[in-house]
Amino acid sequence: MTLSKTLAAGVMTLATVGSALATDLTIVSWGGAYSESQQKAYHDPYMEMNPDINIINDESSAEAVAKLRAMNEAGNVTWDLVDVVASDALRLCDEGLAMEVDHDDVLAPAPDGTDASDDFGDLIVSDCFIPQIVYSTTVGYRSDAVGDNPPTDICAIFDTETYPGKRSLEKRPINNMEWALLCDGVPKDEVYDVLETNAGQERALAKLDTIKDDVIWWSAGADTPQLLADGEVIMGSTYNGRLFSLIVEQNQPVEMLWDAQVFDLDGWIIPAGLPDERVEEVLDYLYFATDTQRLADQAKYISYGPARESSAPLVGKHAELGIEMAPHMPTDPNNSKNTFLYNYEFWADYRDDIDAKFQAWLVR
Amino acid sequence: MSEAQDDQFVVFDSVQKSYDGRNLVVKNLNLDIAKGEFLTMLGPSGSGKTTCLMMLAGFETATHGEIKLGGQAINNIPPYKRGIGMVFQNYALFPHMTVGENLAFPLEVRKIGKADREQKVKRALSMVQMDDFMHRRPAQLSGGQQQRIALARALVFEPELVLMDEPLGALDKQLREHMQYEIKHLHEQLGITVVYVTHDQSEALTMSDRVAVFDDGIIQQLATPEELYERPTNSFVAQFIGENNRLMGTVSTIDGDQAVVKLDNGAETSALAVNCGAAGERTLLSIRPERVQLAHEAKQNVTQAKVLELIYLGDHIRCRMDVHGDTNFIAKIPNAPESHRVAVGETIDVGWPADDCRALDVRSA
Amino acid sequence: MQNESTPEIPLAADGRPLEQSLQRALRAQKIRAFLLVVPLLVFVLITFLAPIADMLYRAVDNRIVSETLPRTVEALSDWEESENEPPEEDVFIALYYDLFFAAENKIHTRLGSRLNYQETGMSSLFRRTGRRVDRFDTDELTDAFIDFDPRWEDPTHWITLSEHPEFANQLPETAGVWDDWTQLLIAEEDELSEEEPEDLIYFALYRDLNNIGQPVALMDNWSETVSAAQSFEPVSLREQFADADEDWLLPSVWGTIKRFSPTITDGYLLNAVDMQKTADGIEAQPESRQIYGLLFGRTLFMSLVITISSILLAYPISYFLTSLPMRKANLLLILVLLPFWTSLLVRTSAWKVLLQQQGVINDLLVWVGLVDDANRLVMMNNQTGTIIAMTHILLPFMILPMYSVMRTIPPSYVRAAKSLGATNWTAFWRVYFPQSVPGIGAGSILVFIMAIGYYITPAIVGGTEGIFISNRIAYHISSSLNWGLASALGGILLLAVVILYWLYDKFVGIDNLKLG
Repeated sequence: MTLSKTLAAGVMTLATVGSALATDLTIVSWGGAYSESQQKAYHDPYMEMNPDINIINDESSAEAVAKLRAMNEAGNVTWDLVDVVASDALRLCDEGLAMEVDHDDVLAPAPDGTDASDDFGDLIVSDCFIPQIVYSTTVGYRSDAVGDNPPTDICAIFDTETYPGKRSLEKRPINNMEWALLCDGVPKDEVYDVLETNAGQERALAKLDTIKDDVIWWSAGADTPQLLADGEVIMGSTYNGRLFSLIVEQNQPVEMLWDAQVFDLDGWIIPAGLPDERVEEVLDYLYFATDTQRLADQAKYISYGPARESSAPLVGKHAELGIEMAPHMPTDPNNSKNTFLYNYEFWADYRDDIDAKFQAWLVR
Repeated sequence: MSEAQDDQFVVFDSVQKSYDGRNLVVKNLNLDIAKGEFLTMLGPSGSGKTTCLMMLAGFETATHGEIKLGGQAINNIPPYKRGIGMVFQNYALFPHMTVGENLAFPLEVRKIGKADREQKVKRALSMVQMDDFMHRRPAQLSGGQQQRIALARALVFEPELVLMDEPLGALDKQLREHMQYEIKHLHEQLGITVVYVTHDQSEALTMSDRVAVFDDGIIQQLATPEELYERPTNSFVAQFIGENNRLMGTVSTIDGDQAVVKLDNGAETSALAVNCGAAGERTLLSIRPERVQLAHEAKQNVTQAKVLELIYLGDHIRCRMDVHGDTNFIAKIPNAPESHRVAVGETIDVGWPADDCRALDVRSA
Repeated sequence: MQNESTPEIPLAADGRPLEQSLQRALRAQKIRAFLLVVPLLVFVLITFLAPIADMLYRAVDNRIVSETLPRTVEALSDWEESENEPPEEDVFIALYYDLFFAAENKIHTRLGSRLNYQETGMSSLFRRTGRRVDRFDTDELTDAFIDFDPRWEDPTHWITLSEHPEFANQLPETAGVWDDWTQLLIAEEDELSEEEPEDLIYFALYRDLNNIGQPVALMDNWSETVSAAQSFEPVSLREQFADADEDWLLPSVWGTIKRFSPTITDGYLLNAVDMQKTADGIEAQPESRQIYGLLFGRTLFMSLVITISSILLAYPISYFLTSLPMRKANLLLILVLLPFWTSLLVRTSAWKVLLQQQGVINDLLVWVGLVDDANRLVMMNNQTGTIIAMTHILLPFMILPMYSVMRTIPPSYVRAAKSLGATNWTAFWRVYFPQSVPGIGAGSILVFIMAIGYYITPAIVGGTEGIFISNRIAYHISSSLNWGLASALGGILLLAVVILYWLYDKFVGIDNLKLG
């Protein structure tokens, strides 16, 4: 046997082995408990059904927008599916970095036959965005520090007389500006009209100015739960799922405030520029992972509401603690008596301007 | 100042030094240095000579004993108050200062006025013939020039005592010899006291009034250069200073300062009993090569020797021969018309006067 | 004495000038030496210089506007914002063509985001209009053409027209739009003969036929077509755009497009120094948006404080290390380097645990009784936190060069000084310290340059007062995607470092810099 023949045989062997190997699917998400819930509700059952698919978890969602842009410029997109918040999805769509999809075409209908677009309803905030969960940014407080006068509305943030002590807020204008205006007497449905104007922005900052010295500004989702647990702050804003795990799973003396919590969405986008066969694989996974049952399953592991209307009745008990999950969902009627809807269009336009003003106010 | 104090300008009184608490680097040193004397501490490295110098300068403290300067104990006086000039082996000129600034430094710290300072710096520079180098940096000077500046700096504040720690070690041979004379002349000219440390015996012999030969933390001999060379009192000094031929033997008889020694090959020779034991004890005979007499000149202790090698050295010829079984026996034949000519392989008579053959101790090492 | 004649050239044995022979002999050696350096040179160019050049270019790069809206940019050249009127119809027509193709290529929103950095609202303006642009009322003209002659519905009819040699001459607008249309179909791998032409092609034809001078028959029945087209009901695109979003009637929107239409812009750089380009020229940002000047100043000031505290801490440590025997010193040096084995994030988070109000240090102080429980010290989320944590993190970069310089200072210098009458302090200050300055210089430059680029530590322990300019750069890179502004800020930071380096060279001398 000559050398070239040996080599050829070797290559052939490799090729057959290669085809038998699993296809990799790189899915980007937030990491931690959230990724775990996706692993259990989506990835594991899907891989069981498709043994030739291997799902690789990448925990880069926090930098997804910048990384996708860099990958796109380099012409080498290595991600297949990315979990992002809705506002990021909007931006990725605007930048041409996410693929537009026809929701009815690529997603499963509800069990009763309702089209996907109707089942998801208004939550489809962008042509590129496939909603997955509904979460809220809300306020948690130390129940041991408020005595027998626990806060009941969002304006407790600004009430340093009744609730003295530090509070933690996110280091960005979104949510804070809205809350400031609400607590400065602006009716809920006029908040964004007021915030559009210079005077309105100044009004919001002036309100925030009253508590500026009492605020610890956070930038990572884990900050507020940690600050609450350490007793560094008396209250702070964060995602409801984080508070849920602090209260229910870690048994900390913390309570959650369900008032004017900001409704927000998280979901999938498919990066633009993937080759057709990869898009096909991704869509196959997506069809499975976003059906009614799967979305309801995820709620067993984390207290975020499924984005499909049809999933709500299927939400069951916590997988380990065995408690009913429905009352902890931001979508539960008891919790959503007074919610605040995040305006994506508004922030897409005003983000640059208001952020500059907010940051300038912060450092002053 | 009294006469006695002049003789005892520097005093080491039972000084001991140990670094690790187990071994003594300096063992019970007693040494008086007279005012205006040029005293050299000579010895191999590790012999304790530099430690003695550092104790005198104040950079090391004596573990035991007292050091006095001008009659005053200085053990507890910090170096900068001792007023001792010092020249270091690597000169230690401050690289970030010019020559002028280096020289002005000791005057400045003594708060001497500017005009006075300049004058003294100039005088010191001219003393070492470096007048034109005032504004140079040390790095721009040659080794010899740096050496002169270091010397000038140690002298500029007119100390009564100057210490020199192998100051010429880094110079080439010719320059070193030249500097030896210069330092010697400066010493004579200024009348200062100099304590000089070196491991180079010719340097020590050339410059010193007295030489203290150190070994193993002990002064082996303290004497004038001539005394040291001509009359070493023990085998270490004999060997360390100059060249010598060594013959081992046993003392047969001693009569006054004369001894008869039986060499290991059975022959007998007469010698000067300097530092040998009683009859029956082992002794080492030391004979300077230039005192070996050849052929018809050999009068005393004559024996037959075979010439093994001749080395031509210009002013003399080194002749290696086999004498009493020692194949490394050297004789120096002066390159003079009247000198006896020998050839390799030739067997000739050699001999030495009994006074030039010194019976010394046998060192265990 | 002056000698004007050329001096005699020394010759080598073979009669060539000696200098030439020497160079020839050295050339091979030089080439070999150069070849050895090539891999590193290429590596440095690709991984170091090219990214910097790219970053500097991004700070002024503005091709996106003229590439996305080529016709509009040209049409706008006659319009002046100072007239305070929206532009004429022809500009709207140009925008119609441009935006149609931009929307088809899905790049209109990207332009919207880019212009939104300069003018709030541009993002949704482009997004909303892009959704509408293929549904403008120009379909009335499409229908009119097809009513007149049903063959116009057939793509092949258009293809025949486009193949006429006079096509581009007679119908310039149509030809231009047709070109882009065919390009688009090729890119989408669609068949030209099967795709129904879009409304804007009919619109362009309508425009051309109404502006035609001496018609040349391009197809049969041509003069009838021309006169029929001239009788069609016109469609005002100005109204169409105003209908999609009335902001299109604002002169400020058009002013922004026009101001930022050149391929190179100073807009990002101006923004980076709290200035902006307005209709009235360059002016300062409103005070409520001024942030970068303050942050640059704060970054430099804090870096300076961090550098000075590093010097104060590192100097005695290095001095102590040099006084030890080599073996012990090396062991302690490893301890100095030990933190490098821990991630930066962990080290910073550890400081958080120590410094926070319920943290270890405060607990200890309260326990000892030095601090009242109600008045615990605020040591983080402010400048103090940043300074403490960063001094700790950057300390090794100060110790290492200091130590390696101090190690080379022979002890005999200080001894010499003392023997010359200097007290311990004088000997240190006049002799030892000046010689350790190169180490301080090297350490300071290292620490300072690293400090002004830091962002993780300030972000975690700095709160609002303790953040650096780099935190804003990181924000614009990863969050706002305003890479142009991020590059401009980075460029200014780079410039600041270069100036500092230059100042150092001028006052201390870069040849005085010793890293060991």
